[in-house]
Formats: sequence, C-alpha cells, structure tokens
Amino acid sequence: MKPLFILITILFLVGALLTATASIQPPAQAQSPISDDEVNAVAKNLYCPVCENTPLDVCPTQACKDWREMIRTQLSEGWTEEQVTDYFVDKFGPRVLAQPPAQGFPILVWILPVAALLGGGVVLWRLLRQWQARPAPVEITTVPNISVAPPNIDPEVLARIEREVETRF
Amino acid sequence: MINDFGYIILILSILVSVYVLYAAWQGRNDPDSPWLVSARNAVIAVFALLTLSTAAVVYSLVAGDFQVNYAYQVSSLSMSTFLKVTALWGGQQGSIIFWTWLMSAFAAAVMVRKWDTDRPLMPWVIIVTVGTLLFFQGVSLFIANPFERLWFVGNDLVHSVWQPVGGVAVSPRNGQGLNPLLRHPGMIGHPPTLYLGFVGFVIPYAFAMAALITGRSNEATWIQTTRRWTLVAWVFLSIGLILGGRWAYDVLGWGGYWGWDPVENASFMPWLTGTAFLHSVMIQEKRGMLKVWNMILIILTYSLVMFGTFITRSGVISSVHSFAESAIGPAFFAFISVTFLASLYLLLTRLDTLKGEHELDSLLSRESVFLLQNLLFLGITFATFWGTIFPMISELATGEKITVGPPFYNKVNGPLFAVLVLTMGVAPLLAWRKHSAKRLGRALWLPFAIAVAITLGLLLFGIRNPTALFGYWLVAFVGLTTLWEFGKGIRARMKHGESPGLAMVRLIGRNRRRYGGYIVHLGVVMMALGIVGTNFFQQETQGMLAPGESLHLDRYTLTYERLLQYEQEGGDRHVTEAKVNLYRDGKFLRTLRPHKDFFESNEQSLTIPAVLSRPGEDVYVLLVGWEEISFNGSTFKIYINPLVSWLWAGGLVLIAGTLLAAWPEKQTAASWAAARRPALGATAQ
Amino acid sequence: MTEAITTPIDESTPPDDQTQTGPWRWLAVVLLVALLALMGWGLQAQAGGPVESGPAPDFTLTTFEGETITLSELKGQVVIINFWASWCPPCREEAAYLEATWRKYKDQDVLFIGVDYVDAEPNALAYLEEFDITYPNGPDLGQQISDAYNIKGVPETFYVDKTGHLRGVQIGPLYPPALDHKIEELLAE
Repeated sequence: MKPLFILITILFLVGALLTATASIQPPAQAQSPISDDEVNAVAKNLYCPVCENTPLDVCPTQACKDWREMIRTQLSEGWTEEQVTDYFVDKFGPRVLAQPPAQGFPILVWILPVAALLGGGVVLWRLLRQWQARPAPVEITTVPNISVAPPNIDPEVLARIEREVETRF
Repeated sequence: MINDFGYIILILSILVSVYVLYAAWQGRNDPDSPWLVSARNAVIAVFALLTLSTAAVVYSLVAGDFQVNYAYQVSSLSMSTFLKVTALWGGQQGSIIFWTWLMSAFAAAVMVRKWDTDRPLMPWVIIVTVGTLLFFQGVSLFIANPFERLWFVGNDLVHSVWQPVGGVAVSPRNGQGLNPLLRHPGMIGHPPTLYLGFVGFVIPYAFAMAALITGRSNEATWIQTTRRWTLVAWVFLSIGLILGGRWAYDVLGWGGYWGWDPVENASFMPWLTGTAFLHSVMIQEKRGMLKVWNMILIILTYSLVMFGTFITRSGVISSVHSFAESAIGPAFFAFISVTFLASLYLLLTRLDTLKGEHELDSLLSRESVFLLQNLLFLGITFATFWGTIFPMISELATGEKITVGPPFYNKVNGPLFAVLVLTMGVAPLLAWRKHSAKRLGRALWLPFAIAVAITLGLLLFGIRNPTALFGYWLVAFVGLTTLWEFGKGIRARMKHGESPGLAMVRLIGRNRRRYGGYIVHLGVVMMALGIVGTNFFQQETQGMLAPGESLHLDRYTLTYERLLQYEQEGGDRHVTEAKVNLYRDGKFLRTLRPHKDFFESNEQSLTIPAVLSRPGEDVYVLLVGWEEISFNGSTFKIYINPLVSWLWAGGLVLIAGTLLAAWPEKQTAASWAAARRPALGATAQ
Repeated sequence: MTEAITTPIDESTPPDDQTQTGPWRWLAVVLLVALLALMGWGLQAQAGGPVESGPAPDFTLTTFEGETITLSELKGQVVIINFWASWCPPCREEAAYLEATWRKYKDQDVLFIGVDYVDAEPNALAYLEEFDITYPNGPDLGQQISDAYNIKGVPETFYVDKTGHLRGVQIGPLYPPALDHKIEELLAE
C-alpha cells in the first residue's frame, strides 16, 4: 500500500503547485494600464467558450481577442482574477473552466479515477497474497548448480554463462 | 480515366476480400487445406489491388484533376508535388483509403512472414484481419469515396463517380488546397506513422482472437508472434506520437507540444495499454502467468484504437483537431459495437482455456513490480479515458457542457507517471521470483545517493518548487539505475580483457532485447526530464513593441527591428514576418523571424514561431499581431521552454532502443525452442 | 526434479477465473453496453441540427436594458428569435435587414428577440449601437438558450408561430425578402 500513499501525497503536492503557478507572473509596474502578461495570466485558466478545447490566452480568433480586451478592462477596474472567472462562468457556463469544478456532478471526474485505482490496487494486492499463499514450490536457487558444476571451470566464466542464460530472454 | 480505373480496382479488391473470407472459412478446420493457401494468396492480391487504387488517388492529386472532389478539396496548383502526395492523408476520403491500404499491407506481411509457425491460427487471423479490412474498404467505397467527381445536374452540385443523367462535368481550374496546418514537414511523418501504429494493432488482435476461437491460447507460439507484431505497431505509434508533439510545437503556436485534447488522448490510450502489454507479456513468457490479463490487454489496445478512431472521426467528442465529419459516424458505431461485443463474448466464454500458472514466491520480485506497473498503466489509461468522455456524460446527466482540460490530466496522471517512472528504475534490478531487500538496497543506494546529491545541488542553485525537485530527483535516480545496469555488464566484460567500447557493443549486441529495452527506458527518462522542465519552469511574456523597442524575459532581450509582408505560393500565402534580434545577457545571439501566414483559399491563418533551440532551453517567439495600417507596433509573445530538447532527443533514443530490441534476427530452431521453454513454466536449466 | 513441481497447471480453479466469473462478467457486459449507449447518444446529438419543429423551448432572457422576456408569455404573437454575436462577420450582413424588418412589422403581432451568443458585452453594445437595433436583445447566459435550440453557429434565426410552436429555422444570414415572407405567412394564420 506504500506506493498508493506516496501517490496520494504527490497528488496533493501537484495540486498545491498548480494553484501556485497562477501567481508566477511578475506584478505590473503600475496599476494601469494592465499589461498583456496580467491579462494572459487570467486568460490562461479560462477556455474559449466557442472554440473547442482552446485556452483563452492562446486562442487567435477575433472573439478571443475581444474577451482578452474585456478582461483587461475588468482588471483595470480593479476586479480580482476570481471575479473575472466568476463573470465568465455566469455568462458562458462552466465550460469556460479549464477543469471541472470539484463540486456537484462534475466531482465524479475526479473521484472515479482515484476510486478505480484504489480498487485496482486492492484487487491486485489480494491477488498477490492469494498467489503467494499457494503451496510454495520447491525453492529454486541457482547456487546448487554452481556446486554441481565441474570444479575446473573458471567461476567467472560460469557467472557469465549464468548471466547470459538469465538475460537472453 | 485513371480515376475510374482506381474506382474499379477498389471494387475488385472488395470482391477479392469477400473471397478471402469465404476461402479462410472453408479452410478453418484444416491447416493444410488448399483453401487456406488460396486465401493467403488472395490477401496478397488485395494488397496489390489496394496499392493500385491508392496510387490512382495520388495520381488525381498530383495531376490536379480537380473534377475529382477529393483532389479539389485538398490539392491545388500552387502546391509542390511533394505536398500534393501528402495530401493523400490531408482529408477524410484520402485518409480512409490510405488507412485501408496500410492495413492490407500489414495483412500481407503476416501472410509472408509467419505463415508456417502459426499455421493453425491462420484461418482465423485471416478472417479477423480481412473482416476489419473489408469494413474499411466498404467505408472507402460507400461513405468516403475518394473517386467521386463533381457534376452539375440542373442547378444542383452532385458527387458521383460516373456521369449522372443530365450531368455536366464541373472542372474547377484550381483546387482549394491542403489545410495550411498540414503543410508542414512534421505532417509528412505524423499521420502515416500514427496510422501504421493504429492499423498495426489489428494483427495482435487478430492473433488473440484466433487463439481464443481455436482454443489454442494456452500455447506459447501465438504470444511470441503477437508480441513481435505488437512491438511493430507500438514503435510506429510511438514515432507518430512524438512527431505529432513536434508538429504541434512547430506549427500550432501556443508554446507547447501536448494539450490532452481528445484526439491526442485517443492515440495515447492504445499506446499506454500496448506498453503495458509489452511488459506483462514478459511475465507470461517467463512464468506462464497473466494469460487472461494479457489477452485483455491486447483486446483493450485494439478496442481503444477503434474507439479513438470513432470518437475523433465521427465528431462525437469535439476537439481542436477538427477533421471530424459525421458521415462515417453511424457506420463506425455499428462496427465498433459488433467488434467490442464479439471480443467480450469470446473472452468471457473462453476464459477457461486460458489457464495460468500462478505462484508467487515473494512480494519483492520483478513479477509484483510488473503487476504494479500494469496497474499504473491501466490507471492512467482509465483516467485519460474518463476525462475524454466525461464532457459527454456530464452533458447527458446534467445538460451542462464542461471542459476537462490539461489541469485535470496533470493532477491525476502526473503522480501516476511519477510512480511509473520509479518502477521503471527499480524493476530491472529485481530478479524474477524473489529478491532480497538487502541485495536491492545494495544495488540502489549509490544511484539513490547521487540523485539526492544532484537534487540538493539544484536546491542550492535556487530551485525551490518541491514537486519539480522531486521530478528532477526521480529522473536522476532512474536514469542512474538504468545506466548502472549497462555499467555492470560492461565491467564484467572488461574483466575478460575487452575494451570498454567493444564490451558495450557486445553487451548490447548479445542481449538486444534486454539492453534495447533499457535504452528505451533511458529515452523515457530523457523525455521525462523535458516534461518536468517545460511543465514547471516555462516562462512567458507578451508585449507590444514599436520598432527599436525591446521585450525582456529572464536573461533574454528581444529587440524588434521591422515588419515585412510578402506573398508565396502564387499569391495564396500572405506572409507577415517580423525581424527581431535576440540577445542573452546583452550578447547578440541570433536574428529570428516569427511570422503569421494567411492562406487566402482557406481563409485560415497560421502563427509560426521562430525558435532558438539550445540544450538547456528553447526560446520560442511568436508574432501575435501588428498595427494594421501604421505598422508602428507589433505584439510579440516569448516563451522560454526549459529542457524541451531533451524531450525530442529522448524520443529519438526511445525509437532507436525499440528498433535495436525488435529488429528481427534469423531464428534458429534451437533458439526458438529455447525461447519457448520458459513460457511453458519450466525453469531455465 | 523441480520441473514437475514448478508447473502446477491447476486444473480445478485458477484464481484468474474466480475473479472473472459471476458478477464480474455481468459488470463487464453492462459497462460495455453503457459505453456503447453513450456513444450512440453522442452520435445522435451530434448529427442532429437545430430544433426545427414542435413547441419552442421556453426561456427567459434578461435584456441589456434589464427587462426580462419570457417566451411562453408571448403566445398570440409571432416571435423571431435571432442568435448573433458581435465577432461574427455574417451577422453583420443581416443586421440592417433584421432591424428594417422589425421596424416594418413592430406594430403588428410580431416580436423580435436578439439572443447574443457568447460575446464580450462592450462589443455587443457597440454592435447594437452601430446598427441602431431597437428590438430587445440580451446575452445568452451560460449558453442555456443556444443549447436548448441546439444551434450550430451564428447567425441562426428561429420562427415561432402564434401558438408557441417552432416553424422553421434559418441557418446563416437572412437576406430580403425571406424574413418578410415568413412573417407574412405566420401572421396570416
């Protein structure tokens, strides 16, 4: 179960990281005008509502340019990123979010993969225990072969042959 | 003329395919039946016929026969001959016949290569493969016909191969030309290799089905054959994925190479399950375990190929890669329904023929790590699958459309990939059956310590992000353990007086499968390094500049010189190009020319980045826009993509390693027997 | 001597089979059928164009001026629902014709409703100003109206008769005198 624990830990780490990257952009020199970088920092986390699967910051269509200008205006009026995002969700629906909200029905998108993995892990674990619990066959080691081998063979050559046999397939 | 000829040949090839099914059916119970030989020859004939038919399509594209609808859609006079040929896969109709042709090539190759060793399976291998082929031939003939011409009947434009009653031929002087996105060198290789990977998986699937149907699935030969064909398909799929990423990076102009778009996911999922199969099949070969599981993996891989083709080509799931046309949707839907249900039925009813020998000596063994790794591959596949179809489920359940974008995949798949890479480093050190923790510790402590030292170095260097540090540690650790394996082998050989170079060549040459596999692992590690770099440390800035002004990012300075506008390709391509100078720490590096091309005939524009590639990082410059009238200001976007070259280099290493491991060698009878023995569950004594 | 023991091909009950039998088989079948059903539904939804007939899906629109209009309260009038956006060049082609037709019929039992499909509000207001549009217009919040009508793009224009039923759709811009004809036809009923 240890890997799963590590996995969950990493999951949280990555989560924390991704929320942190949003604030990477350096603050602008002055409050206004709002720089392209500030606009893009917000637009990056929004999806173009009319194109398919295209983030707003890289979308080249006229409509997207208009929205980026709108974000610039909103930011210059002192809106926070959250307010801008909420505005977009209100106006265009939740499809503008890069990832589904972790509440309501869409939370299933997060839960199911984790559940499937945990379930798979449990099944695997039980299978392994089951297989292991079967009457173990006679212990097979390679050591007896060496002792059986004629003593006049160079042990290093023997080791090489052994390795070759082991690795060939 | 040639167009009509191609059409008739296509019909002929369908008739021959039908005959193949009949002949193989007649010979299904007798491997020595003359029917079977006839079926085999007919498969080769189908390939020959489809070659001619596809060549006829290429002819209409190159000759510019624009009365042919497909040539009108994707070809044009101003395109180079080379582009005209690649236009074969630039649209729906051409893609389908190209795909069909490739599949027939695979079928013919199976007939030639593995005829005798797998003779009892052959009737069913032929039936499954040619049955699938027939479906695609049918789609090509009835739904996406590349030979249709344009006619006017009264005022209506009609698509028909032959002249309709009262029809007047429409012969446009020029075609619309290839989609600009596809006019890139990356598009030469990406679709064909991806298709080869996709259609290639039909062969392992056919062998699996044949093994299930004949009840011979407990024998060892079929899994050997299947493994080889899977490897062939897998390497093409890998090349296709890497080229696709490269193409996106060079053409799409968003600074990245992978966007977790449904179309990308569709080609990635079979790669994941195929990779899982290539690993777990080793357990079956050596230990006789996991027979059911491997069967499931083959079927799953092929199903995911078909599923991916369906969702992307039918437009059921929308994607940025908009080649979706709904016309083939219903036919494809019927086909995948039949395929999936039949596969599942066979699997469930024939489970009892797949008796595995299960005994596990120790939880610390290569077997159990392989099983964990299989779980991870399947976990990633499932998360990707779920994320891909979830927008549909959400819309069906709540009526609300939602987006499942890269953040979802990064959060869910990122950690799984990390653990997967870790198992990749540890598994090769573990022996089959059992391994003592002490021995493992002895083998691992040094790479572990060096990797920790490297990570601490990076920490001192100023990298503070814990996840990224973990990523770097992981890459270092796994890279080192893999290199250690080479080192061990080379040292042992050098003790016998071989020079280091010779020792390495012999080591790899004598154990190609094993060391080729490790080279693949090294390739993956290199790619992981690139992915960590670009995911965590990409920087970007955007700004409007007047000529002479500069934009700064990190240690780079970009100075805008001037804007040029000119035309290419007979006036169809309007290029707006900016000349910018790039400096690093004040030292001039290079002049870059990012440009934006507008294609008049398609009314589409492309933003082509100018990239300065260095081993440590790429500087990726985009011309975002400009002042239309005055030309006084242009907007630029600069990305710094750290370590991205490692991704491409790692891709090359991965492919080289696969080729090294899989390149066929003359199998002697003895080596065949030797290769089979462990699969029967005996020990290698 | 080891061979005989290490190949225990267990004839009775290999664990693989145990895990795959019974409910697992059915689960696999059910999941597969569910997936196929989902794909079938998606195919149908994708293939279907805009809603063209039957009762017009009801909606409430809040105009840019702040008034609310509910379609179901407009029975007895012919309603023209036009989906548009400021970033859409073909919409500009029909805008003047739409406004002229509105002015021609607004004193009869006709109402035009402009539904602004995903748009930036400042640009939308500028567009209305530019073409001097006087019939009620409002944003399609959350794309609920366009989803209900399953529009494939803008512009699209839906005709609703006096009983609240859809009587056809125009995909793409309208040119004279198509709209006049349709309105005359529906008014005459």
